[in-house]
This record gives sequence, structure tokens and C-alpha cells, in this order.
Amino acid sequence: MAAVERSEERTAPRPGARAKMSARGVDVFYGDKQALKGIDLDVGEHEVTALIGPSGCGKSTFLRCLNRMNDVIETCRVSGAISLDGQDIYDRELDVVLLRARVGMVFQKPNPFPKSIYDNVAYGPRIHGLGASRAELDEIVATSLERAGLLAEVADRLQAPGTSLSGGQQQRLCIARAIAVGPEVILMDEPCSALDPIATARVEELIDELRENFTIVIVTHNMQQAARVSQRTAFFHLGELVEQGDTETIFTSPRDERTQGYITGRFG
Amino acid sequence: MTEAARKPDPGRARLRRRYAAEARFRLYGMLAVGAALVMLGVLLVKTVAAGHSGFTQTFVALDVRYDPAVLDPASARDPAALGAADYDRLVKDALSDLFPEATSRSDRRALNDLVSVGAAYRLRARILDDPARIGTSERVWVPAASAVDMLVKGFVPRARGPGERALSDRQVAWIDALSGAGRLERRFNAAFFANGDSREPELAGVGGALAGTFLTMLVTLALSFPLGLATAVYLEEFAAKNRMAALIEVNVNNLAAVPSIVFGLLGLAILLGYFGLPRSAPLVGGMVLALMTLPTIIIAGRAALQAVPPSIREGALAIGASKLQVVAHHVLPLALPGILTGAIIGMARALGETAPLLMIGMVAFIVDVPRGLADPATVLPVQVFLWADNPERGFVEKTSAAILVLLGFLAVMNALAVLLRRRFERRW
Repeated sequence: MAAVERSEERTAPRPGARAKMSARGVDVFYGDKQALKGIDLDVGEHEVTALIGPSGCGKSTFLRCLNRMNDVIETCRVSGAISLDGQDIYDRELDVVLLRARVGMVFQKPNPFPKSIYDNVAYGPRIHGLGASRAELDEIVATSLERAGLLAEVADRLQAPGTSLSGGQQQRLCIARAIAVGPEVILMDEPCSALDPIATARVEELIDELRENFTIVIVTHNMQQAARVSQRTAFFHLGELVEQGDTETIFTSPRDERTQGYITGRFG
Repeated sequence: MTEAARKPDPGRARLRRRYAAEARFRLYGMLAVGAALVMLGVLLVKTVAAGHSGFTQTFVALDVRYDPAVLDPASARDPAALGAADYDRLVKDALSDLFPEATSRSDRRALNDLVSVGAAYRLRARILDDPARIGTSERVWVPAASAVDMLVKGFVPRARGPGERALSDRQVAWIDALSGAGRLERRFNAAFFANGDSREPELAGVGGALAGTFLTMLVTLALSFPLGLATAVYLEEFAAKNRMAALIEVNVNNLAAVPSIVFGLLGLAILLGYFGLPRSAPLVGGMVLALMTLPTIIIAGRAALQAVPPSIREGALAIGASKLQVVAHHVLPLALPGILTGAIIGMARALGETAPLLMIGMVAFIVDVPRGLADPATVLPVQVFLWADNPERGFVEKTSAAILVLLGFLAVMNALAVLLRRRFERRW
């Protein structure tokens, strides 16, 4: 089949957006098991990149490599190169805390801290020394909640516990929390899988708005979602990056038949 | 069976069996709870019934003349001389004033045996408190002897069988006379909480043991809580999960199962023998109990830390919190109620511990109330043990009363912990 042609496609630089993050030859092992095999992927600045693929294909693993959340897992080994603005993020010199301040993350299940809404958002700025005065901090919190489209709903109860919000609001609170630190990239690991359709629509709208200021990588099981929110899509299968390209191209004329099979619902 | 009869039956029978099994299980549960409650109730009722009289004490009213000829023949008002004066003499004089008919030596001695040796101490304290009392007279309530106390409380029969009671008929008659004259009264025994141990039941108190317990618990808490917390946090949050960690975990668990007397032996051999720390001291007792409490706090602490959802840790890590910040700002506050519970369980166990303290000499007969960590002291459970061992009738109620004080101490400690926990929980 068109194997040769495909591998050429894979590493081809993207026209248009500048690559904000790029991965070259990334292998990830959990103990002896190889979870990712030689991933080459560029994440374009101010674009939404969707990672799709069946369960266990390694898309979440790849996402967690981008802000080194995999460091927490002891058996996990990462090789290859991942860079942010050309700087290797697995460099020994690089402080992982600073990396995570630049590359924020939103998780599958909303996980607000058991603190007030205000403190949830203010926590990041506080530990990074942003917002020296109370007024500045208030400003950051308000802006972040505004950008996450939550301010109008919670403005009158900022001191209420974050866990008292509905699921969709909690997820937007988590997005506000990530934004508050002033990241450049936001990683989203199936951010809508625990939400109802209305809340999902709200978050999807939000993702589209956020693209203006941030670079977004989103893992999703939902192909319609990928099609709706992303400009670029990468299809993972069994630890390999099978195909990547403009979302429209991937969904209308995929080159690989595995991609074709997955997006038409034949497996996955 | 016909087809029609069999068909609906198995389902219904199974359903019935399931309901029956559930009902049975509930019954077992209620029985277990009921049995535990009954036993607890019996224990409490029994202890209160046996111990409540220990909080009161029979007192005798004596009209005491502070005779200058006895107390201060030189009229010097010298505190040292006043302290050494013959106060027994005043007590004896007051008694023979009441019963002038007792003139023979043996009668006088029998009469004097009605009041405690503590009576003289009380008079001495009053004179030293205010020497101007010399030359005056006043009515003083002094503690009665334990035998009198037992008779008044009805623990020994009035009708005398051979060897049944320590009092003679003559003495019983005097007691009745005192009682008739309103000179005999059961009063709250404040001395029980203030005094240290004594050979005389009517003078013995838990004051020394209470202070010793307090000091010992203070040392235990100050050592075991920070150490246990740090260990739990390090093992759970920071240490690599390798073979070494597994080895440490197994050993911590084993340590929790080590008989407490072994910790006492360790204290004896190392703390007393090698480091030469003072014997019978709350400092050493607290250190030994801290060793014993540590594994409990570590295990409970780790369980509480494990119960904090990983999503909270990830959430904090993902916005760039350092490992230490994650632990200090998010994990610890959430785990604190559980950690406190573990600490209280450990402290409660330490509070009731006797065996290891016997090994380091806290079982000694100590009259003085300890003032510092290095003073010789005993603790409440050891005091209970000592009194329970004492054959004198008067110590029976004291033993139960001391148990009640111990339970009270425990209740206060637990209440404090619950209060603390509430506080921490409300903040979240």
C-alpha cells in the first residue's frame, strides 16, 4: 500500500501556523511495554490540535508528555525530543514547574480543589508570585473566569466552594484555573467526556475562543468534537501516529485506511 | 412437579432466600452492636457504681485549740519550728475533749485511730498559712480514717463477726456518737485530685498520676506526631516505590504488632541503660510510648494520604505547583482529619499502656506530684494497677475512681481531637 508515501507525509512541516511545540521520534515505555512508537508531531501556534484514536492508543500518554505529567509515573520512560519554542522540555536544566506554568492542563474529570471558586483560580498565580497585591489578584481571577466564560455565573459567589458548581461549570473553572497562570499552551484530556451535551457545547465554544490567545491540544473520543473544534487532527493507533493533517482533510479524505475505518466508525 | 408449577418457583424461591439472607445479616449486625453496647454499659455502670464513692470522703469535725505551749513554747513564730511542732498532739487533745471517758492507754489509741494521720497535716497547713491562729481555737473538718470511711459508706458490716471489720464495738459507738452530734460528714474529696499516692487510702489521690500522665502524653505527642507525620508523608508522597520502600512498609507494619513490653525493654536498655536518662521520669515514659505510637500514626497517616484523590495532586501539579506545594497546600489539608484520627487512636492506646512503663520504673511508689519531665512520676493506668494490687479495703473504691478519672481523661482527649478535626474540615 501507500506506506512510503505516508511516512513522508508524517514529517512534512505544516504550512501556515508556526510550530509551537514539536515532537520528534518520541518513544514512551511503561516498564517493558511500549506505549508510543516514534511520534513526530508539530503543534501549531494558535491552533487547536485534536488527538483522536481508539482507547489505549497512546493519545493521552502523548498529551501528558507535553507538560511532563508522565514524570509522576515511576515506571514511565520517555525518549526522543519534545520542544517548546525550540527549547527541549526534557532538558535537565529545565525546571518542570516552569514548564507546567507555560503548558497548562485540563483533565478528563473536572478536578477543582476543595476550596472556594476564588482560591481555585488564584492558587496558580499565588504560587508563581503573580498578582502581588490583592487588587491585582482579583483582576487576574476576574479575567480568567471571564475568559473561561464563567464569570457571569459565579461573580456573586466567588467564596462558594468550587465543588458546589455543576459539572460543566467545574470544568470551566478548571480551565480558568489553567488560564490564570498565563500559559502559552493548554492541554485538554477529553475535557468533555464527563459533561452533558449542553455543557459540552459551552466548553467547545470556549475552546474556539481560547484559540485566539492560546495554543490548544485536545484529546477526544468524540470525532464530531474533533471536527468541530480543531484545525489539525492527528490519528493515533496502537501507539503509532498513523496520520496527521488538516482536520478537514483527515475527515473528508483520509489517506490511511485505518484512519478511514476509525472515523467512519468501523472500529474504535 | 408439573411444568406450570415449577416455572415461576425458582425465581421466587431465590428472591425469598435473598431477602432472608439480607434480614439475617442485618440481625447479626444488630446483635453484634447490641452485644458491644451491653458490654460497654455493664463496664461503665459497674465502674461508676464501684468508683463514685471514691470521690467522697468522711470527715470529722474537731474543735481544735491551737495551744501555744504545744506549738510555739518559745513564742518565736519561727516557721521551721512551727513546721516541726507536734500537731498530732492537738488532734489527740481535741479527740479526748470530745470523749473524756476514754482514759486508758488502749482506749486513747483506739480513739486516735478514728481520724486519719492526715488530720495533723491539715492543722499544720493551717498554722503555717496563718501563724496568728496560735492561741485561738476553731472547728476543723479533718479526714476520718479509712476504716471509719468504709463503715460510714457501708462497705463493712456494722454487726461484728470475728475478723470482719477493723473497728472495735467501742469505736463504732464513738462513730455513732460523732454522727449523732453532726460531727461526721461525707464530703467531696478534693484531695483525691490534688494528692499523690499514699499508703493511707483516705489520703491517696490521683493528682500525681494525672500530672504524670499529662506530662508523659505531652512528650509522646510532641515526638510521635511530627515524626509519624513526616514519615507518612515522605513514604507516601516522595519516596520511590521500590524494594526498599516495601521493606520499610513491612517493618512499620510489624512494629505496630510488637508487644508493648518490648518497647519498655528497649527503653530500659537504651534510654536508661545507655543514655542514662532518669528513671521513672515522664520524659522516658513519653519516649517509649512515642516509639509504640509511631507505627499507628504512620499507618493511619499513609491511609489518609492515599485516600486523597490523585486528581487533586494532578490538578495542582498541572498548574505548576512543586511536589512540596502539592503536599502542603492540597494533600495534607485534605488528609489531616484522617491523620488526626490515627494520632488519637495511637495516643489513646498509649494513654492506657502500663507494661512498657513498668520496665522503666514508673511503677515506683511516688508520693510527690511531678513538676517537670525529669521528676519521678507515675501514670493513671499504673496507678490503677498499683491500687488494684493493694489489699486494703479503702483502695477498692479508689481503684475504680481512678479508672473513672482515666476514662474522663480519654474522653477529654477524644473530644479535643473531634473539635480539632471539625475545625480543619470546616475550612474546606
